[in-house]
Amino acid sequence: MAKRSVWSDNRFWQRTAAWITGFASVLLIWLTFDTSAQISMGTDADIQNGVTKRVPAPTVINYKVTYEFNKKRQHEIPVIGGMNAEGTSAFQEKEKFFGRDDWSEAEAAELLRLGKLGSQAKNCMNCHTLLGNGAYYAPDLTKAWLDPAWGPNGSMQAMTGKSTKEEAMAEFLQHPSQYPTHARMMPNLGITAEEAKGLVAFLKHMASIDSNGFPRNFGKMQGAVNGK
Amino acid sequence: MANSYLKSESKKLATWYFTVAAILFGAQLLFGLVAAAQYVIPGFLFELLDFSVSRMLHINALVVWMVFAMFGSVYWLLPDETGIETVGIGMGKLLFWIFTAAVTVVVLVYLFIQVGPADETTIWFINEGREYIEAPRWADLGITVVALGFVANLFMTGMKGNRSGIVTVLMADMIAFAGLYLTGMFYTDNISIDQFWWWWVIHLWVEATWEVFVGSIAAYGLITMIGAHRKVVEMWLWIEVTMLFGSGILGLGHHYFWIGTPEYWWEIGALFSALEPLPLVAMFIHVLYDWGKMQGEEDAKGQAISVITNKPAFTWFVLNAFGNFLGAGIWGFFHTLPQVNLYTHGTQFTSAHGHLAFFGAYATILVGMMYMAVQGKNGIKILNNTRSTIFATSMIVGGVVGMTVALTIAGYSDVIISRAQMGATWAGYFDAQATTWLTQGMIWRLLMGVITFVGFLFLAKDLLTTGKSANHVR
Repeated sequence: MAKRSVWSDNRFWQRTAAWITGFASVLLIWLTFDTSAQISMGTDADIQNGVTKRVPAPTVINYKVTYEFNKKRQHEIPVIGGMNAEGTSAFQEKEKFFGRDDWSEAEAAELLRLGKLGSQAKNCMNCHTLLGNGAYYAPDLTKAWLDPAWGPNGSMQAMTGKSTKEEAMAEFLQHPSQYPTHARMMPNLGITAEEAKGLVAFLKHMASIDSNGFPRNFGKMQGAVNGK
Repeated sequence: MANSYLKSESKKLATWYFTVAAILFGAQLLFGLVAAAQYVIPGFLFELLDFSVSRMLHINALVVWMVFAMFGSVYWLLPDETGIETVGIGMGKLLFWIFTAAVTVVVLVYLFIQVGPADETTIWFINEGREYIEAPRWADLGITVVALGFVANLFMTGMKGNRSGIVTVLMADMIAFAGLYLTGMFYTDNISIDQFWWWWVIHLWVEATWEVFVGSIAAYGLITMIGAHRKVVEMWLWIEVTMLFGSGILGLGHHYFWIGTPEYWWEIGALFSALEPLPLVAMFIHVLYDWGKMQGEEDAKGQAISVITNKPAFTWFVLNAFGNFLGAGIWGFFHTLPQVNLYTHGTQFTSAHGHLAFFGAYATILVGMMYMAVQGKNGIKILNNTRSTIFATSMIVGGVVGMTVALTIAGYSDVIISRAQMGATWAGYFDAQATTWLTQGMIWRLLMGVITFVGFLFLAKDLLTTGKSANHVR
């Protein structure tokens, strides 16, 4: 009697399924350990020592944050506290955040926590995208902190009548339907002054996360009208 | 639930699960219509039932009705596969009521409380604000208990009765399905870590464990509805598990391109997620091949009768084979490579894929299972289509495909204007929203949504009444 081919043997495919699944799972777990270490939040000491972390310390709110094209990586990266000779963060240039540039590690962490909890409690993600994930009913917030509209000559800052980016954003978050930019408006979500401060800190921190160049060309199209 | 031909308590419990699933399916479509209308009429229900709330209810009802129908499907097929009554059915029934009560409370809180203060109480009692798994922490714990009870029933029954290949796959798959939910249950200030684990739940559910579940259900359906040979079907099932987990587990990497995670995910995510459509092609071929083979055997006997014992259910199973490949496979592949995804990530394009994938891969086969239950409950030998079946199927399929096309067209202008040209700012976003493709796309999406909903009404009517129709062979 001719031997049956292994290719039509259920036991063979059952074992194959088990081995392939096991191998893929082990690889995923191993990569998870590596990634977890790389995306753990940095500390203020890292910033003091000039160590770039993919997710920097909450005290990043004390520094100027920009989004610059990096020649080596061939895409934009967040640059914290000015650029050094290699085109990465110099961690030197400070920037006042709600009037202070000396937020301690504990204070900054508390503010970020308030903001992150706020982003969940107010359900931001079911209209906006954060790091590109969420809903598509409102603008992506990944680099919202760097949006020129909130900057010194930006339309949003002018509309709220505030003189700094953070105050303008906080004002908008507390009374969004008072400042309509389009027929589609953000609703009032009962955000308090303190929560708004936290949310702005959360947005500034998110803008400083190394998102591998997403979104591309953010805010570089100033003056362009309707894509022309 | 009167006049039931069902002797098995497990199958009775399955019909309860299917009933709640169908109601939640209706709720999903209703809140989807509200959200779709808000794109077209921006002031619609403003500060009453805002888009964030209607959209949350839309996607949560989606996830929950599918989980209900999945539990129902397992309780339905267990007695057939194992040859015994499901072990621990009393606990199963108790858990059903707990699950249903918990879902009701969660929905009422979403609807009437909506948001809370920025502290842990909101996370525990109102919502967690994390897309798809917004359910507050208390409900998370409840769902975990329910899921563990369900897995326990499945394991006890599988170990006591005849453990077929289908049951073995389901046992392995459902424990992973329940276990993965735990990875989405903690709070962290670090949004990169937050989204890293959040994707463990979402991706490893819908692009791994749920797909394997679909493979098992399709295998069961082929055996029961067209008399396909178990040996062949189960061999295919193991090959599908190999391909689905082989591509899907590391395919998780395509969600790690831009959330702060390292660049190596570009290559890993691209390669493995590009392989993800392959098992879906295999499943498609498998279903059609077995159908042709069984019908061919019948034809060879010189009898011109269909081998299909449940026409509506089989229609939905074939739609699943095709829809899974098209919605999850093709529409997913469109934007899975990082060089494309850099621009398409988080646009209406994603939404187009989401609609066709959830529908094609899951809604279809689960509706098919509901028709299997209607057949069993009414003691029908051959369940035929009624006029309502035809209306329901064609309107739902036409509506969802229409929505997908509309959203895809809207997606092109979203991607090109908002992302590629304007660099994703606030102003760039609204420039894209104002384009003709996007505004008209949203109107078409709403119209197609209405058609889908009318189709659903026909479906509900058909599921409730077809059992009494004289159309069938008893």
